Amino acid sequence: MPSEHSSKQYELDLESIRSKVLLMGGIVEKQFQDAIVCFRTLNLQEADRIIAADLEVNKMEVDLDDQCSHLIVKRQPAANDLRTVMATIKAITDLERVGDEATKIARAARAMHQRGLTPIAHEEIVRVMAVTAGEMLHGALDSFARLDEKQATRLIVRDEMIDSEFRSVMRNVITFMMEDPRTISASLDTLWVAKAIERIGDHAKNIAEYVVYIVEGKDIRHTDYAANKQSELS
Amino acid sequence: MMTEQSQASLTAENLPVTIQVAGLNFFYGSFQGLKDINLDIYEKKVTAFIGPSGCGKSTLLRTLNRMYDLYPGQRAVGDIRYGGRNILDANVDVNILRAKIGMVFQKPTPFPMSIYENIAFGVNLYENLSKGEMDERVEWAINKAALWNEVKDKLNKSGLSLSGGQQQRLCIARAVAVKPDVLLLDEPTSALDPISTVKIEELISELKEDYTITIVTHNMQQAARCSDFTAYMYLGELVEFGETDSIFINPVKKETQDYITGRFG
Repeated sequence: MPSEHSSKQYELDLESIRSKVLLMGGIVEKQFQDAIVCFRTLNLQEADRIIAADLEVNKMEVDLDDQCSHLIVKRQPAANDLRTVMATIKAITDLERVGDEATKIARAARAMHQRGLTPIAHEEIVRVMAVTAGEMLHGALDSFARLDEKQATRLIVRDEMIDSEFRSVMRNVITFMMEDPRTISASLDTLWVAKAIERIGDHAKNIAEYVVYIVEGKDIRHTDYAANKQSELS
Repeated sequence: MMTEQSQASLTAENLPVTIQVAGLNFFYGSFQGLKDINLDIYEKKVTAFIGPSGCGKSTLLRTLNRMYDLYPGQRAVGDIRYGGRNILDANVDVNILRAKIGMVFQKPTPFPMSIYENIAFGVNLYENLSKGEMDERVEWAINKAALWNEVKDKLNKSGLSLSGGQQQRLCIARAVAVKPDVLLLDEPTSALDPISTVKIEELISELKEDYTITIVTHNMQQAARCSDFTAYMYLGELVEFGETDSIFINPVKKETQDYITGRFG
């Protein structure tokens, strides 16, 4: 860990931003888990609650962006502080989008509930994906909190798994639709949910990439850095 | 970003070097102010020296035109290669050296004479110009220092009648007037208000078209804004030297990072 700033207030300002990002992360993580449960149970009240919670996440995004602007204007951060602030501003956007995706899942649940019983095992189809994405999101926030670039690198590689799981969900859903056109509506909703989960995996991956940027000073977006690093290690 | 950095440092290695410092040690009597400094100062680039008070950055600057010679008991050992020879050699003509490597100090130091004479004075020491040529040279130098429009109607007024920022630009004009290769700026804006500071910084980026510039500054944002290369010094040692952007975004050494992020002592 880096040593402390000569300015206590600077230290406090940075710490306040960091802990709010993690708080926001905790909220969207819960939002996502609840959304998946809601998708299984098709509980209408629960869906409404998740959708309403997104307002709080949106407000946190705006507040945190504002706090970062203030820090930049007051402190002109450099080196690792600069990278932390840059990465934080980006991570906030990704977290807010995770919230949006969770809301989409809740909306899909509400839509399916309103149409009555579903003719397919909709939740089972996306379960594996949801678990992987949930672990990735949790891991990304954890590596952000601990500035653990090794954990972040491992996560980035895992995003491939979610992508391939999404492709298998899609094949599965297409089979349902071809076999019985009455399942088309529920199948499409399930597919949207799978897409939302896949996007959450992408956002978790982005956050993990920012962790590598903070720690190593390397911008590894759109590179094979993680894959290469992983094959080096194994 | 990694590959970009290594490409950028490749170009740095290919840049022409104006001054090459190698194995430089400096002593104030028995106290060693600089310890084995090795550094290249690139042609027509701005190199900033940063570091806490007493780190040796001004000392290093003052070795580059042997300004320290003026003080007894101060001694530099090593090699400062400029124009094919070691400027620390005893037989170097320091007057010619200081004309080629000019210096501007922290506090504006106009001579107590007219604005015109402030410029002409130095030129007269090295060159024999006609009145017309001198007029031209004075105008050219004041123009280079971005001061012409403000003083063109009062060239016969005292240099001391100008504002602090104008005085500092007058000193830069005076340094430029003798057509040096290198300008050494020792905290040139620390006594100036923000507007004058911006003008000097603008001037630095214009002057580097023609001159190699070395600047000592306490203001790290200033180093980040107007230099191409930055050297971080501490306790007489050169801790890290590199392109300014890499130093301020991703320094290699933890000591450098601690200093530029304000985690110092």
